[in-house]
Amino acid sequence: MSAYVASLVSVIGINMILALSLNIITGFCGQVSLGHAAFYGLGAYTAAYLAKLGVALPLTLLAAAVMAGAIGLVVGLTSLRVRHDFLAVTTMGIGFVFLGFVRKQKWLGGELGISGIPGSGLDPVTYALVIAVFAVAVIVFSLWIKKSWMGFTFDAVADDEEAARTVGVNVSAYKLTAFGIGTALAGLAGGLYIYFARIILPDTFDFVQSIAILTMVVIGGTGSVWGGVAATIALTLLPEVSRAAADYRLLIFGTMLILVMRFSPGGLAGLVRRQRPA
Amino acid sequence: MLVVELAIKGLVYGCMYAMMAVGLTLVYGLLRILHIAHAGVFALGAYMAVTVANATGQLALGFLVAAVVSGLAGIAIYRLAYQPILRHSAFVPMVVSIGLFIVMQEGFRMIFGAYGIAFDNNPWYVANVSLAGISLTYVELAMVIVSVVLLVGFGLFSGLTRAGIGWRATVTDPQMATSFGVDPVRVRYVNFLFGSALAGIAGGLVGLLNNYVEPTMGGAVSYKALAIIVLGGLGSVRGTLIASLVLGVVESFGAIYLADIFDRDAIGFLFLIVVLMVRPQGLLGRG
Repeated sequence: MSAYVASLVSVIGINMILALSLNIITGFCGQVSLGHAAFYGLGAYTAAYLAKLGVALPLTLLAAAVMAGAIGLVVGLTSLRVRHDFLAVTTMGIGFVFLGFVRKQKWLGGELGISGIPGSGLDPVTYALVIAVFAVAVIVFSLWIKKSWMGFTFDAVADDEEAARTVGVNVSAYKLTAFGIGTALAGLAGGLYIYFARIILPDTFDFVQSIAILTMVVIGGTGSVWGGVAATIALTLLPEVSRAAADYRLLIFGTMLILVMRFSPGGLAGLVRRQRPA
Repeated sequence: MLVVELAIKGLVYGCMYAMMAVGLTLVYGLLRILHIAHAGVFALGAYMAVTVANATGQLALGFLVAAVVSGLAGIAIYRLAYQPILRHSAFVPMVVSIGLFIVMQEGFRMIFGAYGIAFDNNPWYVANVSLAGISLTYVELAMVIVSVVLLVGFGLFSGLTRAGIGWRATVTDPQMATSFGVDPVRVRYVNFLFGSALAGIAGGLVGLLNNYVEPTMGGAVSYKALAIIVLGGLGSVRGTLIASLVLGVVESFGAIYLADIFDRDAIGFLFLIVVLMVRPQGLLGRG
């Protein structure tokens, strides 16, 4: 594996964890989140801060996931309190509060972010494989959730909260679980990212990043694991294919969001499903 | 004196937020869509105002064009983007709206360049007037006057005219309004035309205020406008107006007293989250 391929594998792996983690919240459990990048950022900042203090890699990853998951649970609590439409706005707000906070903290590098992060101790190819293993683990985990009792319950909550509550589902507990798992995984992605990038900037975790993650989920097909995997690979490789695609990446993302919603709201997965008679 | 001055500056921003947020509230009230692309319309207005004013030297013409083009853009957004997908759940139009916003922002970057444009002739954003010991720039004063005139005009229209009453009836109960002969589709067109024109004018005024128009200028303002309509209780115009002014003032004070912890754009949301924790239905919303 060349260094170039290794870096592609790393980026795809990280994006896949991000997309699948948002898919657990938005796809499985039906809770809209427009601030997923904030949890990615929380994980990255936590891991970077600890790594610079000399904490070992496994511990920084764990801390990144725990930190993001803990804050995610707090956001999940707001989702229990506010009405459905409010949630989109609240999660968007979390993204801004996170950025607004980080930018003003001198001990986190302010606008300049954190640089000089120590390496993983592995060569880039091995580290790319480590990221790939994590990504595969998240795929397997997602497929398992989908098939499990919890997955059916998430489905019920996403479909009709009131009905789920009527048949005795503890809706609040399941929403919190989805938020906790999804945001912890995003934190893990952030932790993995810092050893790859070695520098983090606040702007990496802005609203546009949240939308990029959402784009992968929506284009893959909200709730579909394999759709998400396919969309992540395609959208991550897109800027590599041509210079123009790199320059107009956001324009392409935006256009895709509009067209997919207009013609196949089920995304790629919806298209595939339509071909097969059920 | 600082306190009074901060409060006044906050109210000036609040007026601008109100012009943005009223359009969003009306869209939400009618269609239950979180119209994030409203920010794109806001930036469009600013670009129209600055390019026309710089090309012709006529600031008033610039604002006229801004209002007309933004209003028409609003109608186009409704007809082309939202109308075909109204039967889907709220998630679908929201994602479309995000897509539209990103496309518009990138479009401005491609057409007008990534760096901002300034007005060629704009002495008013520095020139001060003094009113009862409070000094305001001419643009700030204009912001207050324009927003009050437009919003009062809107209030009179919706309260006193037949079309306005039909409009309010449609927001409250579309089916009932239709059976009384109100055309709901026409109401939606009027709604997007008016709300978007207001956003366009607000955009032009913000361009004048900072003497700077850039592709991403819609971002922060629109997120705040969304926060405001949630604060106001989603769909309540009165709540929205109050929330706009409150947010402007809170931000104004927060930007001074919380400067070391949060930046200005984060304060509004922090406030929103705190309020929602206490009152999930918003300031004036019904439970």
